[in-house]
Amino acid sequence: MAFVVQRPKLNLAEKLYLPAVLGGLLLTIRHFFKGAAGRNVTMQYPEVKWDDHLPEWYRGAPTLVADEWGRERCVSCQLCEFICPPRAITITPEEIPNSDPWAKVEKRPKEFEIDMIRCIYCGLCEEVCPEQAIYLRKDYSITGYTRAEMKHDKAKLYELGGVKAGVVNKWNEKK
Amino acid sequence: MTTTATPAQPKTEVPLLNVQVDGEWRQFPKGTRLIEACIKSGQYVPHYCYHPKLSSPGNCRMCLVQLGMPKLGADRKPELGEDGRPILNWSPRPAISCATEISEGMGVRTSGPLVEECRNGVMEFLLINHPLDCPICDQAGECRLQEFSVEYGKGESRFLEEKVKKPKRVDIGERIVLDDERCIMCSRCIRFMQEVAHDDVLGFVNRGSHTTLTVYPGKRLDNNYSLNTVDICPVGALTSKDFRFRMRVWFLKETKSIDVNCGTGSNILISSREGIVHRITPRENDFVNSCWMPDSHRLNFHYLHDEDRLKTPLVKSAPATWTDAISTAAAQLKSHEPARIAMIASARMTNEELFLARRLATALGIEQFDVLPRPQEGDGFLISNDGNPNTTGAKLLGLHCGGRLSAIAAGVASGAIRGLLVLGEDATQCGIAEGDLANLETLVVVDILPNKTTPHATVLLPASGFAEKRGSMINLAGRIQRLNRAISAPGLARDDWEILRDLIVAVGGPNGVYSIEEVFRAMAAETPALTGLSMAGIGDLGVELALDGAPRRAEI
Amino acid sequence: MDISSFLFQPSVFLIWTSLVKTLFILFGAILPLVSLAVFAERKVSAFIQDRVGPNRVGAPTSLVGFKKDYSLWGLGQMVADPIKLLLKENFIPKSVNKFYYYIAPKLTMIPPLLVLAVIPFGSSFLGVPMVIANVDIGILFVFAVSSLGVYGIVLAGWASNSKYPFLGGIRSSSQMISYELALGLSVVPIFLICGTLNLSQIVDWQVKNGWLIAPFAVGGGSLSLVQRVLLWIPMVISFVIFLVSMFAETNRTPFDLPEAEQELIGGYHTEYSSMGFALFFLGEYAAMIAGSGVIVTLFFGGWSLPFIPDGSSHWLFGLTNIPDWLPGVVWGFVNINVFFAKVSLFIFFFIWVRWTVPRFRYDQLMKLGWIYFFEIALANIFLAALVLVYIK
Repeated sequence: MAFVVQRPKLNLAEKLYLPAVLGGLLLTIRHFFKGAAGRNVTMQYPEVKWDDHLPEWYRGAPTLVADEWGRERCVSCQLCEFICPPRAITITPEEIPNSDPWAKVEKRPKEFEIDMIRCIYCGLCEEVCPEQAIYLRKDYSITGYTRAEMKHDKAKLYELGGVKAGVVNKWNEKK
Repeated sequence: MTTTATPAQPKTEVPLLNVQVDGEWRQFPKGTRLIEACIKSGQYVPHYCYHPKLSSPGNCRMCLVQLGMPKLGADRKPELGEDGRPILNWSPRPAISCATEISEGMGVRTSGPLVEECRNGVMEFLLINHPLDCPICDQAGECRLQEFSVEYGKGESRFLEEKVKKPKRVDIGERIVLDDERCIMCSRCIRFMQEVAHDDVLGFVNRGSHTTLTVYPGKRLDNNYSLNTVDICPVGALTSKDFRFRMRVWFLKETKSIDVNCGTGSNILISSREGIVHRITPRENDFVNSCWMPDSHRLNFHYLHDEDRLKTPLVKSAPATWTDAISTAAAQLKSHEPARIAMIASARMTNEELFLARRLATALGIEQFDVLPRPQEGDGFLISNDGNPNTTGAKLLGLHCGGRLSAIAAGVASGAIRGLLVLGEDATQCGIAEGDLANLETLVVVDILPNKTTPHATVLLPASGFAEKRGSMINLAGRIQRLNRAISAPGLARDDWEILRDLIVAVGGPNGVYSIEEVFRAMAAETPALTGLSMAGIGDLGVELALDGAPRRAEI
Repeated sequence: MDISSFLFQPSVFLIWTSLVKTLFILFGAILPLVSLAVFAERKVSAFIQDRVGPNRVGAPTSLVGFKKDYSLWGLGQMVADPIKLLLKENFIPKSVNKFYYYIAPKLTMIPPLLVLAVIPFGSSFLGVPMVIANVDIGILFVFAVSSLGVYGIVLAGWASNSKYPFLGGIRSSSQMISYELALGLSVVPIFLICGTLNLSQIVDWQVKNGWLIAPFAVGGGSLSLVQRVLLWIPMVISFVIFLVSMFAETNRTPFDLPEAEQELIGGYHTEYSSMGFALFFLGEYAAMIAGSGVIVTLFFGGWSLPFIPDGSSHWLFGLTNIPDWLPGVVWGFVNINVFFAKVSLFIFFFIWVRWTVPRFRYDQLMKLGWIYFFEIALANIFLAALVLVYIK
């Protein structure tokens, strides 16, 4: 169905454009002086940071966490590797040796690699994790000089993740 | 051996019975298990303990259905309804469909309130003691318990008491680890060991919730067919040490192929991810291997990822381009009189490769060629007496099987043979001394792994392993079956048939084959037994050849 | 003949003073002004949009041993931008017409510089007039040369062998043709009033009789208020038409259709990189400076400010014991600065308008040029003539 746009009827002043242009110029010059006087809202990163105001659910770099007893929560189920849309995660699983105090968990990652060049911070890995082992923490400034540097290995991921207390500890109970 | 491994049911006069499945009347041969009748009617019945190749103990209770029997009149004959069919009396009590044989006029409901309620209940019972191991369990992703709990489970547990603790990570065999907590007591593994492997080592101990699967005292699950119990285990109780914690199954790409470790040609599934084969499992083919395969064969794939794999063409041990390597090989082979060259092919090659090898021999005028026979002692089940997977094909394509090896060896030793072309074999196993190999002027070797022959090769051409190529092989029973490519060959290694094709062209022979299908077409045109067959025509289950006539295909 | 008398021979004197003036205009005024204009563009746009703008690049004093760097409000950006452009790879697409592709950026850069040759940028300095070429056809020269600027753009569009530059080039040429008419006609009343085409003489006239934007405001006060207002009317019309046409002529917003990025990527310079692109960039800003210079000269009294004497003055705040040449030097210097201050104000105005007024639609642009400005400018000539007849 055709739809006819009704053009507004303009009077002479409006047709001339000039009053409107002058009005616009006045508006912008007001902003100019406001800006020149330094009254703008820009935050001067990196001198000023918003870190303290980041919400609890902020999605920064994905990290691995340990529990209060220092056990790595990840059991290498590879669900995050599966769900990861840009395929940034690579996990190499291994069996926990019998000598380990947490041998009953049986499985852990031998290597856990997140390619931060690929990562899109979507948080699906955190959402899918059945062990609550992967969390998106508040580190957002992930930089490096080489591609290798941008691959977070297991050690780096635990360093960033630290300890996450207060989540379900299904392996610690009577089992 | 049971009836399971025999080919299709002989078409004798088994009476057909009328059975109503979910309101539709169908006919099935007498002796059919009810669950099979349901499945054949397209009504899937969830089950754990039932396995088509094993007996039915009926101990998982998952396959409960509602049964109806014909209403009998005063004359003890079924009363017929308006449609001329018996009127059914529906039992208020469910029955397990796996251990019930069909009878005339029987009716079955695979859904409905009663059946749903029963399944939900059974599911809840099965999950009472089941651990929350899914994140670490290798079965996750192909676990019947997971699948059915999605469909019939509650999503939460009403069980407040403590779960029964049972042994975990029990080493019950050389290749198997048992996790008793995950076991749902379906007894498939026990029945497999009794009925198929005939090695009765597994059994249940204790009662009720404490029932535990274990090996008999002093025995171990070391049978060469033990890994089949892992395949049929519906949960993650039995896991393969070889595959344990290697890769989650949902990543695996499954490629249908065949086993190349002996003349049986068991059908297999190659599970690979990103160019790495992680496991091999048997694929059902009632004409060949039923649902089983030997452990020794299924684990024999790690050499594909050997660090020493040949990856670059070598000319006098120096890396070369394929163009150079092929032309050098051709020039070297042509520099001798045909009578002074010999060729050793392998019955581990596919038909297509053997056919091209034969063409190459013709193009070069070679008359001294042979393949190495590999007699071995079979186990009377799935390991045959022939260690070569394609002896039948080699014979069919006109390559001798062992008769001329000693002559060739003698020729090499005496210096009568100055050039040798070795395809996928170790010439030292064919009776040729290593020192004699070093004295050869020309030694062209096509292989995938280094052996005692490869160091002496004047031209070494890296080829593809069984999971890296397509082709066909004919097993000892005369069934032609297909190999399929699961992964790509490492480095610069190429398909064997391409190497042979290029060699043929380089020595001035005919060309005209650009795909494996065309090789097969050319081969079928020249081989009476293969007339009318094509690569696609072989299908996933293969075609049995009448080796003195046309292919017999009606059986499919 | 010694060297000083050789230098002061009239013809030789003319040559080397012209050279000095040229060098000053080119390296002392235009290039720094372009740099400053680019910086101002970024800074003004930022302020108008409540942003900060470039504020990082300054003096990297820590490199030479100081404790910290000084950002100097981002003024280092003026140097950093050209350096960046110079160091970029000059990527030349495969299928361009090499000759025209190379020559096009130069063709856009040269005309604005040539325009500046006839614009008086100061009164006089030690008796030397502050104009490179004091030609009698001044304003005609300006029009003739500035209209050559379109060739660079059209050639760039054609030689790039790419659809967007091509469309940009086509738009540019039609736009320039449309507005040059109005541009030329709008200044005819000025010639009627001043009776000359020589830009220096037009400035001199304004010094005597007041700026043409408000003619006869100062100086020759023989006219009545009514006569002044009557004369003022055609001048305002002329000024508005000239100003708007100058925007179109320099491809500035709201008439930057040749490089409308939403439609044409970069327009005619899409396929250019490094210094090729930089020359287009420079050319645009140089054209802006030249245009501002012309406007200032024609309507705003050029280098003059009321009550500030020119370089021929011998008065310096009534001081007596000073060298004879000093007042001339001081006022000459002040006049030059007045000129460039006025030009800078206009550059600011150009930028200010760019970040205020949205781009015209193409049909609006053509309609404005052909249907309104052309006719109004034509009528304005007769109006000015009638007013002059009435006054005299």
